[in-house]
Amino acid sequence: MERKDSKHLTVPVWLRPVLFLLVLLAAWQIAVLRHPHQLLPGPVKTADGIADLLQHGLLFKYVVASLFRVTWGFFLAVIVAVPLGLVIGWYRRAEMAFNPILQILRPISPLAWIPIAILWFGVGDLAAVFLIFVGCFLPLLLTVINALRSVPEVYINAGRNFGLGPIQLMRRILYPAIVPRLMTGLRITLGVAWLVVVAAEMIAVNSGLGFLIVDARNAGNRYDLVVAGMVMIGVVGLLLDTGVRSLEKSGALRWAYAEER
Amino acid sequence: MSTKTAMETPTTMTASARTKLRTDSVGMIFDRDGKSLSVLENINLEVSEGEFLCLLGPSGCGKSTLLSAIAGFLTPTSGEITIDGEAVRGPDPRRIFVFQERGVFPWLTVEGNIGFGLGKLPRKERAQRVSHYIQMVGLEGFEKSYPHELSGGMKQRVEVARALAVNPDVLFLDEPFGALDSITRLIMRGELLRIWQAERKTILFVTHDIDEAVQLADRVVVMSARPGHIQQIVPIDIAHPRDISSPRYLQLRDGILNQIGLAHKL
Amino acid sequence: MSTMAQPRKWEYVFWPLFATAIFIAFWHYTVVWTATKIFPSPLEVERGFAELTHKGVLYHDIVDSLRRVAVGYLAAVAIGIPLGLMLGWYPTVNQIVNPVVQILRPISPIAWIPLAIIFFGVGDYAAIFLVFLGAFFPIVVTCVAAVSNVPLIYRRAGRNFGLTPARILSRVVFPAALPQILVSLRVALGIGWLVVVAGEMIAVTSGLGFLIIDSRNSGKRYDLVVGAMILIGVIGLVLDTLFRQIEKIKPVRWGFRDES
Repeated sequence: MERKDSKHLTVPVWLRPVLFLLVLLAAWQIAVLRHPHQLLPGPVKTADGIADLLQHGLLFKYVVASLFRVTWGFFLAVIVAVPLGLVIGWYRRAEMAFNPILQILRPISPLAWIPIAILWFGVGDLAAVFLIFVGCFLPLLLTVINALRSVPEVYINAGRNFGLGPIQLMRRILYPAIVPRLMTGLRITLGVAWLVVVAAEMIAVNSGLGFLIVDARNAGNRYDLVVAGMVMIGVVGLLLDTGVRSLEKSGALRWAYAEER
Repeated sequence: MSTKTAMETPTTMTASARTKLRTDSVGMIFDRDGKSLSVLENINLEVSEGEFLCLLGPSGCGKSTLLSAIAGFLTPTSGEITIDGEAVRGPDPRRIFVFQERGVFPWLTVEGNIGFGLGKLPRKERAQRVSHYIQMVGLEGFEKSYPHELSGGMKQRVEVARALAVNPDVLFLDEPFGALDSITRLIMRGELLRIWQAERKTILFVTHDIDEAVQLADRVVVMSARPGHIQQIVPIDIAHPRDISSPRYLQLRDGILNQIGLAHKL
Repeated sequence: MSTMAQPRKWEYVFWPLFATAIFIAFWHYTVVWTATKIFPSPLEVERGFAELTHKGVLYHDIVDSLRRVAVGYLAAVAIGIPLGLMLGWYPTVNQIVNPVVQILRPISPIAWIPLAIIFFGVGDYAAIFLVFLGAFFPIVVTCVAAVSNVPLIYRRAGRNFGLTPARILSRVVFPAALPQILVSLRVALGIGWLVVVAGEMIAVTSGLGFLIIDSRNSGKRYDLVVGAMILIGVIGLVLDTLFRQIEKIKPVRWGFRDES
């Protein structure tokens, strides 16, 4: 009977994060109201900013522009890095040979390539795509090489035992064996691409969500639009991540993730 | 030692001792994907102090669930479990659960693992206890080794020693030797019996291996599945050390085989 | 896994040198053949390097970048690990907080630059704040996952020996999660290093990132741009290698057995 009383007080599970979010927003709003001379906009102004962008059709345009660059840069990186990684990972000597160069290139921030990107491709979409390519290519390549290295020898021996040639071995054993790790690598890399595109747009082009942030700030201190841009970046990034995760969970890959549990 | 006298007095050696542990019509229902699944039904057991009891059954019969409930990790949906007349409300250092060797902490050395439960003792006494139990399980020279440097059998010894070091009255063992090779498993059974006889703990031992149960236990609780319940309790009236080719041993083993519904011919 | 017999000892030295030599030669001759005036050849980069070292500029830029990374990263570690452990330990709290974390996480630290400048002005603190943001979220998210991946039997064993919840957290859950946490700390350090360079290109006027953007803007000194990039790569590699040494100490070694 006491249980029934407490049931009135408990909040349904799905509502709790929403309430938490509302509390945070309220705290933010109150903090802003108490310091009226601050440049930082409150949540209400930010929502206004998003509505403003929607009305001018800019929001959709900028999201598409950013996604367009990410798509090209990311897919180019996948198309080049995965086959190259398979080859380098398979030949031990090739891996030894390229390892030092890869290890030095990897920690270079993709943004450090901006001057070179602009030099080679000028200010525009190509430069941004190139930066995303650079940002995705190395992590992907290293993921494939490492994944290939950790394929259990038993699988390869079993494949050989059934008389598979090198190409068959690659296609029927090695590739499927690395797919789970590859998917995780792809998801992380897509996240990187999303980080890079925003940064690249702040410097190298004049459209997209990154440009929105920088432009809103420089042209008249419209910080409401800055924060609106950040919110959109967060939301789109979250959607991308969720999309790839649901791919990971799809049937054929379940075995690997079941094992991890 | 002769099997004949044992047959004439079909009481277990501990029948006269006082009751250590009892379960009163224990039932357990799990919620799986919205459906409720009865895992245990009407389990009534009484275990005497110092008794060695085996819970035997096929996988999925709820024997591990029962052991976890008795150890206090799970709360039964119905019924009650009492130890020393006290209801079980949670795990307790007086009763230690031994997992398969997976329960050894990989980040601690052999010494660290065995001393894990002795945090409250002064350092000197603690070191003494640890070295005593290292000796008892025959791991001298490996004090500073990490579990990943040890074999499966050695890890199992570490876990048993870790349990014994806190001097519990009851040991729960959940298929402790399941992951070991058959030779190591035989050796470990011998050592467990030696330790049990030396320290006189009450032991509840879960296994799916009929031979293991008949070799070790005072009584074998045969369980069967869906829902898990006690099918029969078989007293093993053979004195230790047991001759595993004696007629009585074979008779008891075959009896349990039949009970489970397996013919003893392949 | 290998396709051929075990490589001989000399091959471990020969092949990397061989590939690097080919790479540099390719770079050199492409510059020569295309007769570009802007993109530097390896020799020009080397000369630019020497010039910077002489002036002593390089040293200051390196120290500035490293200092920003160190402060921002350590702050992220100091706040991120306890927070991650707590969220992992109380799944109900995590359920509540997680959506907010998931929305904040994909926001590029670079996108925070305008706000960082409002909060801290142009200067060290803005850059440090960006490093903090870049490292903080990966650390928190991995800590939560690491704690919830700790096998149930370890926790049960801890409870069985009569440990209080606080001691289970410190003596069982934390050491069990440590290998995974260390991986995330290494990754976060790499991210910190990426972010500081990007942040310095916009928000401050010193450091290796500033060196890059400044060399380009004042006089198209691409030899210095490439030189700074190589330096960034080498320092990043050194940081990563140093961190990997920690993963070799014994109480965490067990968690890295599968990795080479």
